[in-house]
Amino acid sequence: MTSFDMRGPAPSPDEPEPDGPPAVETLPEGATVDLIQERADSHIDEVLDQLDTDLVGLATVKTRIREIAALLLIDRLRARFGLSASRPNLHMCFTGSPGTGKTTVAMRLAELLHRLGYLRRGHLVAVTRDDLVGQYVGHTAPKTKEVVKRAMGGVLFIDEAYYLYRTENERDYGQESIEILLQMMENDRDDIVVVLAGYRDRMDSFFASNPGMSSRIAHHIDFPDYSEEELAAIGDMMLRDAGYRLGAETVPVFREYLRRRQEQPRFANARSVRNALERARLRHAGRLLAAGDRVGIEELTTLQPEDFLGSRVFDSA
Amino acid sequence: MRITQGTFSYLPDLTDDEITAQVAYALGNGWPCSVEFTDDPHPRNVYWEMWGLPMFDLVDPAGVLQEINDCRRAYPAHYIRLNAYDAGVHQTMALSFLVQRPAEEPGFRLDREEHGDRRIRYRLHPYVLDRPAGQRYT
Repeated sequence: MTSFDMRGPAPSPDEPEPDGPPAVETLPEGATVDLIQERADSHIDEVLDQLDTDLVGLATVKTRIREIAALLLIDRLRARFGLSASRPNLHMCFTGSPGTGKTTVAMRLAELLHRLGYLRRGHLVAVTRDDLVGQYVGHTAPKTKEVVKRAMGGVLFIDEAYYLYRTENERDYGQESIEILLQMMENDRDDIVVVLAGYRDRMDSFFASNPGMSSRIAHHIDFPDYSEEELAAIGDMMLRDAGYRLGAETVPVFREYLRRRQEQPRFANARSVRNALERARLRHAGRLLAAGDRVGIEELTTLQPEDFLGSRVFDSA
Repeated sequence: MRITQGTFSYLPDLTDDEITAQVAYALGNGWPCSVEFTDDPHPRNVYWEMWGLPMFDLVDPAGVLQEINDCRRAYPAHYIRLNAYDAGVHQTMALSFLVQRPAEEPGFRLDREEHGDRRIRYRLHPYVLDRPAGQRYT
């Protein structure tokens, strides 16, 4: 790009890299670096710990994120010794059922990559097919490029990415969008990390019909469904954040609710838990108003069994 | 003759790193950037051609620099400037500077025009305007 400078080629060879960290003197061969110190300086542990405490379960996902963090940290150290540090390919694919935390993890990932100096801004731009694909000829390319420009320096999160490719219509503009994304995943690797997300099986068929996309994505991370215990823990966490708690006799009812809800169609893991709690809060508020008694903090914060038993999940029994 | 238009025009031409830093400053203030180009150096020529639409909602200068470089590739010998528009209370251009100029700038000549009653009108005429648009700095 320097060939476009108005001043012509850079006059001095040791000019700092554009956008990169300030040029540090290369360490001599015999030198050593304090790993613990480096790790503390990068503040990655804060993000990783937050990932651990805020997200229940997802052991495989957390392991993979930790590995990536370790790799980037080591790469940074290698660069200080003047060892070749080719920029690792970090485009990813998150597969899993709805509500398993794909978006949340992507947000944390953006923050983590920013702390490690891999991304300059660390913001997340979440888009779907509508944001990328145009409605008429010549509309798609500028639309996709604009989204990409917006996501530069951060993470581009494409939710339900398989909708980009419609097998039934080969003249669909989605293909054009995919081609632009591919080109930019290759050329602008320094500026952007692309994360594709969607259901497992549909992503698989998407990659089958777009082999170029599959080969440009280094990390395929699968988000497993939550177990009942994990869902209960997620519910507890959500309630705590909202300033509620379950009464002692409500806990088994909530568990029973989760068990039944899991077996029903359209179960969306953490999202369903959130919705169930929202409805429980509605019933809780309605119940308090209907009773019309004096209430204290105890009544205002405690969800009773009947707040959950009113759900239609219990109707079938 | 070196054209001095916009901010920084009395400084040496900015490098890409310096342009990136200025764009980052503009974006940090929430000013959307746009790229414009022309081959008419007359100081009264204020409406330059737009290179695409203004770029809204950007947070990182990389996207802007990419557009600048695309424009440089398409018009290697035009004047190209970067505008940052303050859409807040000021509602006006907050920053505007040249990011490319032709290698050779022939400059201007002064035309005198005789009028009635011995009056004289003066006119600034850029030499490059004698050639058709698009072939002025080849």
